[in-house]
Amino acid sequence: MDAIVANPSSATAAAHVMPGSGFKVSARDCNVYYGEKHALKSVSVDIPDRSVMAFIGPSGCGKSTFLRCINRMNDTIPICRVTGKITIDGQDVYDQSLDVVQLRARVGMVFQKPNPFPKSIYDNVAYGPRIHGFAQSRAELDQIVMTSLEKAGLLKEVKDRLTDSGTSLSGGQQQRLCIARAIAVSPEVILMDEPCSALDPIATARIEELIDELRSNYSIIIVTHSMQQAARVSQRTAFFHLGTLVEEGETGHIFTNPNDKRTQDYITGRIG
Amino acid sequence: MTDISMSQPSGSYTVNRKFDITSAEAQGRIRSRYRAEARFKSYGLLALGITSVFVVILLADVFVRGLPAFWQHRLVLDVPVAADAFGAPGSVDAAAIRGGDYYPVTKAALAKAIPGIESRSAERQLNRLLSTGAPDILRETLVADPSLIGKTVKVPLLLSDDADLYFKGAGSKIVSRVPRGIATPSGVTGEVTVLTASNDFADELATIKRALSVRAGGVEREAGRLQRSPDKANQARAVELLEVAKALRARAEQPRGEEPLDADIPSVLVEINGGLVKATKLSDSAITGEVLLPLKSADEAKPANWKIVTYVTPEANRKVNDQEAAFLERLRSLGVVESGFNWRFFTSGDSREPELAGIRGALVGTALTLLVTLALCLPLGVGAAVYLEEFAPKNRLTDLVEVNINNLAAVPSIVFGLLGLAVFLNFFGLPRSAPLVGGLVLALLVLPTIIIASRAALRSVPPSIKEAALGVGASHQQAIFHHVLPLAMPGIMTGTIIGMAHALGETAPLLMIGMIAFIVDVPQSFVESATVMPVQIYLWSDLPEQAFQAKTAAAIIVLLGFLFVMNGLAIWLRKRFERRW
Ligand SMILES: Nc1ncnc2c1ncn2[C@@H]1O[C@H](COP(=O)(O)OP(=O)(O)O)[C@@H](O)[C@H]1O
Ligand SMILES: [Mg+2]
Repeated sequence: MDAIVANPSSATAAAHVMPGSGFKVSARDCNVYYGEKHALKSVSVDIPDRSVMAFIGPSGCGKSTFLRCINRMNDTIPICRVTGKITIDGQDVYDQSLDVVQLRARVGMVFQKPNPFPKSIYDNVAYGPRIHGFAQSRAELDQIVMTSLEKAGLLKEVKDRLTDSGTSLSGGQQQRLCIARAIAVSPEVILMDEPCSALDPIATARIEELIDELRSNYSIIIVTHSMQQAARVSQRTAFFHLGTLVEEGETGHIFTNPNDKRTQDYITGRIG
Repeated sequence: MTDISMSQPSGSYTVNRKFDITSAEAQGRIRSRYRAEARFKSYGLLALGITSVFVVILLADVFVRGLPAFWQHRLVLDVPVAADAFGAPGSVDAAAIRGGDYYPVTKAALAKAIPGIESRSAERQLNRLLSTGAPDILRETLVADPSLIGKTVKVPLLLSDDADLYFKGAGSKIVSRVPRGIATPSGVTGEVTVLTASNDFADELATIKRALSVRAGGVEREAGRLQRSPDKANQARAVELLEVAKALRARAEQPRGEEPLDADIPSVLVEINGGLVKATKLSDSAITGEVLLPLKSADEAKPANWKIVTYVTPEANRKVNDQEAAFLERLRSLGVVESGFNWRFFTSGDSREPELAGIRGALVGTALTLLVTLALCLPLGVGAAVYLEEFAPKNRLTDLVEVNINNLAAVPSIVFGLLGLAVFLNFFGLPRSAPLVGGLVLALLVLPTIIIASRAALRSVPPSIKEAALGVGASHQQAIFHHVLPLAMPGIMTGTIIGMAHALGETAPLLMIGMIAFIVDVPQSFVESATVMPVQIYLWSDLPEQAFQAKTAAAIIVLLGFLFVMNGLAIWLRKRFERRW
């Protein structure tokens, strides 16, 4: 495999990594098969805590596939098979004893297309805390909902219309609602699969700002098609190509001085 | 082929492009496309038009036939209730009033309304104008207030079906004419002769002769038809008929003289001195006949005081004979005939008497049956759909189940009836004709429909909703029950209601389990004998009484109403559950 495995010692995103906390998510030799198709080939990567990691690469190269491995969303696809090891805080995600529901509460996910529940804004955010029993009382639940909306930068806009349907919001607001919904279950990692691809530039800028704010509390992995976006929001960037992780490193380094020819070609627009 | 403009340059100018969209061919293509679209549209309109015409004809026919059955004629009479009608005065209790014999009471009321009827047969005909259920309201009134016994009570008495139909227009066309001469009757009851000073009956006689010759023509045609038949018996009958025709012709052509009247020609009657005489023999200046309604006196009557009345439809072609028609006309002129809404149609069960028969039994039977069906189908169907769609492993077995569910939806309904007969009645020994068994059988019938519709509804929920739920840490089951199922609910409701509407109209499988019996009582429970609306319609449509034809159509209207209510409910439910995403 010609993947350049990130060398932990070269990770200089340490400014955002709390001393001694190490890496939040680590993958070793991760392979994914959809039936016969080998979609992800021996990917190994370390993702630091409290920072933003961007996955870039041409369509179909396996970015979403890898992302969905981390919270085991791939379990819902019957033909999908995962080998290798992925750990969160050293705990194996694919361990038999691990409860997948608990895992998904720890690893939140924001999807490409905003997908709020067709319920009220309040119920959208409250759903996760409710099923996990986070709140003992209504007041506590209100508190969680408000802080989540606040953190997602949506509270000001929806304060007076919490009972309105989540689907009545604009696209950008819907996506921030989805982020609030993910935050409400207090995850440690947030996975974002092209969260801005369905949004206009202003809404995109708003989400990017939000990601930058959230960075101080969560480990964020964002898949993006826009290299500018990757450059703007991420501290580290990984480049995928044809199912392999080609190169991973500090964002500034990847964009100015990539080690691999394919990364060079991609960021200069020659493949993709 | 790729380069149209080069191979076929357009007329006056050349356009520098590969595909010339201004060429004659291109224009032609556009025109033919428009034509095709217009054609398609007109086919659609035509199809729509034809269907609407049929629907309108169907509905109009059903309503025209059925609506009269929602009204009923009654006689509002002063009924003298004799003090000792139900036993010794003072010892009368509710049971005695309920069980009493009301025939003498209603008879007395009729005799009071039309006095002077002496002949036994006339009296019987008068009493038969009332339904056997006529005293029902009187009975309830007396039970409610026993102090009315011994007094005269004014209550509506239900008319028999034939009398009711007579007032609804199934009687005869009646023509009456004021004559010129003075008439003298020979008596007031029994057989009388009415003589006139001028030839007042000449017109009637001419009409009768015309009718005779028309009838002779008809008989001759029939004879001619029979003559051509190779059958010997038919030919012999033809000879007989020719004799009859000859006799009729002779009567028609005989210039003057007394003409006997019979039931096959219009009836001629004379209204005189407050009574009515039906002619049995007719000549220019006299009639001989029997008194239908007694005359007050045998005095001579001036032209303005007597009338010649013709019942145009021959008596043989009517349900109501001349005597009955005379009674009914008299009652009408007394102003005691009232038409009211037929509540009994909705409050009573089936009956052999058309005027007493109601749809209540079938309505309740249908409701109970559908309740059983719904209670079984909805949880089973939705459960099966959710399992198959969301939880079942994809293997041979589930594939087989799936194929068989789809096949089951196409099984003829009578087969489910046979299955019900074999399994529920013969094996489990459940009661015959019961809504419980009917509901079970119909549940088998609609289960596949509901499963298929529910699966389609579940599948139509966008997967992103499920992913969102899984993403915040909902379990598979939570994601489905909290999000997917509620969103699929409108579709499931629609499928269920379509299934139930299907069950509502099912007849064949219910016949197999004995729900076709004649049941008078309105069912009170799921295990009592009952029938359902479509079966009731089928039963009534088969009966010979004319009044049941209107009842059949009326029952169809009620069934359609039931269906509309159900569909309305479905739309309402769908609107309530509908959410955008
Ligand atoms: N559910 C699936 N079933 C089969 N193949 C899949 C499925 N999802 C993704 N793939 C395949 O896996 C490869 C990687 O897809 P994906 O991870 O979605 O790429 P991207 O980097 O664009 O997000 C693609 O070739 C795609 O065809
Ligand atoms: Mg993707």
